[in-house]
Amino acid sequence: MTESFAADRLQSSGAYALELDGVAHHFGALVALSGINMRIAAGERRAVLGSNGAGKTTLFNAVTGDFLPTAGRIRFFGEDITDLPPHERIRRGLRRTYQISQLFKGLSVLDSIFLACRGVSRRRFSLLRPKATDVNRVQAESILNAVHLEARRDALVATLSHGQQRQLEIALALAGAPRFILFDEPAAGLSPAERRDLVAILNGLPKHIGYVIIEHDLDVALRVSEYVSMMHNGHLFKEGTPQEIEADPEVQEIYLGGKHG
Amino acid sequence: MSLTIAAQDAAPQQTWLEKLGPGHIVLAVALVLYPLVASDFFLTQIGGYSLIFGMLALSLMMLAGYGGMVSLAQITVAGIAAYAIAILGNNNSNVLGFGWPWWLAAPFAVLAAAVASALIGWISVRTEGIYTIMITLAIATATYYFAQQNYAIFNGHSGYAGIHAPSFWGVNWRDPKAFYYLCLGFAVLSYAAILYGARSTFGLTLQAIRDNPRRMRALGYDVTAHKVFAWFLAGIIAGLAGVLLVWFNGRVSPGTIGVDAAIDVLIIAVIGGLRHPIGPFFGALVVVLMQTFAIDIVGAERFNTLIGLVFLVIVFVSPDGILGLWGRIKPHLAQESLRSGP
Repeated sequence: MTESFAADRLQSSGAYALELDGVAHHFGALVALSGINMRIAAGERRAVLGSNGAGKTTLFNAVTGDFLPTAGRIRFFGEDITDLPPHERIRRGLRRTYQISQLFKGLSVLDSIFLACRGVSRRRFSLLRPKATDVNRVQAESILNAVHLEARRDALVATLSHGQQRQLEIALALAGAPRFILFDEPAAGLSPAERRDLVAILNGLPKHIGYVIIEHDLDVALRVSEYVSMMHNGHLFKEGTPQEIEADPEVQEIYLGGKHG
Repeated sequence: MSLTIAAQDAAPQQTWLEKLGPGHIVLAVALVLYPLVASDFFLTQIGGYSLIFGMLALSLMMLAGYGGMVSLAQITVAGIAAYAIAILGNNNSNVLGFGWPWWLAAPFAVLAAAVASALIGWISVRTEGIYTIMITLAIATATYYFAQQNYAIFNGHSGYAGIHAPSFWGVNWRDPKAFYYLCLGFAVLSYAAILYGARSTFGLTLQAIRDNPRRMRALGYDVTAHKVFAWFLAGIIAGLAGVLLVWFNGRVSPGTIGVDAAIDVLIIAVIGGLRHPIGPFFGALVVVLMQTFAIDIVGAERFNTLIGLVFLVIVFVSPDGILGLWGRIKPHLAQESLRSGP
């Protein structure tokens, strides 16, 4: 099922963004991930669902290199990135957001986004102040507008509301021409209105940018994804279109608690 | 929003005097005119020493305040520059002394200090928080004992003496007035560099790494490389301070880089405050004044007790040091002047 869907997607995009072969992660005796095989085509938008402790965030950490997997190989646009440090993966076009915002509380909003743009660009060690016309500064200003934070441009990150911090979290992942993004529960703690904005931002991303989204809110998850992978106890146990997953009796029993049945 | 736009529009019309601000102008005039009123003793033992130790604490402030890395090895880095001056230039200890002219020896000494600092950084950036303090303390202590026991390079317990400050442009730079202005020049240069650099791309990356190294990796930054480069830059400032110190003292020995000196630098930085690069200089002035005059007030046996008490009081009253105190007093003063106004 996975292979055929990804194969269709491959026709239109021309490459796999992400290929996972037998990826596993053990914390001592605890098996957080086990034998994960996944093919995600470039430009594909995939949701990963599963209860707490199913291994979703561990999967993200393995892909970005925050924690190296104990077994298996990971390829990004055909290149084996299993042994690369996180910053090298990011420079190849991978991005991620965090379930709990990972921001720079002592910096301004604009400086934070500027650093995100500069991180995948040249002159990261520059001892000069960036000019207002600096290409990364200009990029940062336009991302600032895209996530509706222009009113808090010069505010310290520590003074932002929770919702604004979540917006900045996404802004940092959009910087510098991403090819593929991992969103870890971007809707966590957002109000219904903010969730609608989030869905609009995700659906408004350029078509060539694919992503994987972990999301507990099915209203969000199923509206921004074309394909769904279900995880349970560190295993990938079911994949399908949002409609198939919603209708699947096994999925309803484990994850949806039968509320749609 | 409209306010920030207005401020930006106005920015290019500001003269450089306005950009400098009244605080900097008053301070600059006072520092330049200080030799008119100060005795030779106050010029060197108070003025020069405060500026040198202010630079040392500034190099620590850069690492700790912007980078979140507390180092106890700044005096060690300065000591490497001081020993390099003695070894590369002339000394009268009959050991080494290559006789290089000052304009060759001084840049090499600063470079050696910066490279050593980068090496210390490279060793310690794998650790965080209290472990960074421990590992830099271990390096400082090890270097002290090594210098004391090694005769081939460090000339053991006695170290090097007979080192002369340079003379050029018809000025002997060891003369009190000249030496004070020399220290002032390098201190202002270091201070301005930090003030400017804090808003540079690298300065921003350093502060972001302090706040969240994991996210910086996820933005494409090689966090270790940025930290090591910060140590290199801090090493340049500490190295400059080391060169000035050895030119002033005319000698360098293991005592110069002992553990108590290492702790002095930390005390200066904490008393002054780590929020702004001016803090280390205020801290240095307070500590140098206390070290000089506490003996007269409480006697030779108890002057360290007095320094310790002042340290405790400042840290208890204001965790941000003297800078934090000023930050609290300033709003009250502003209110007073409003009340006394028409």
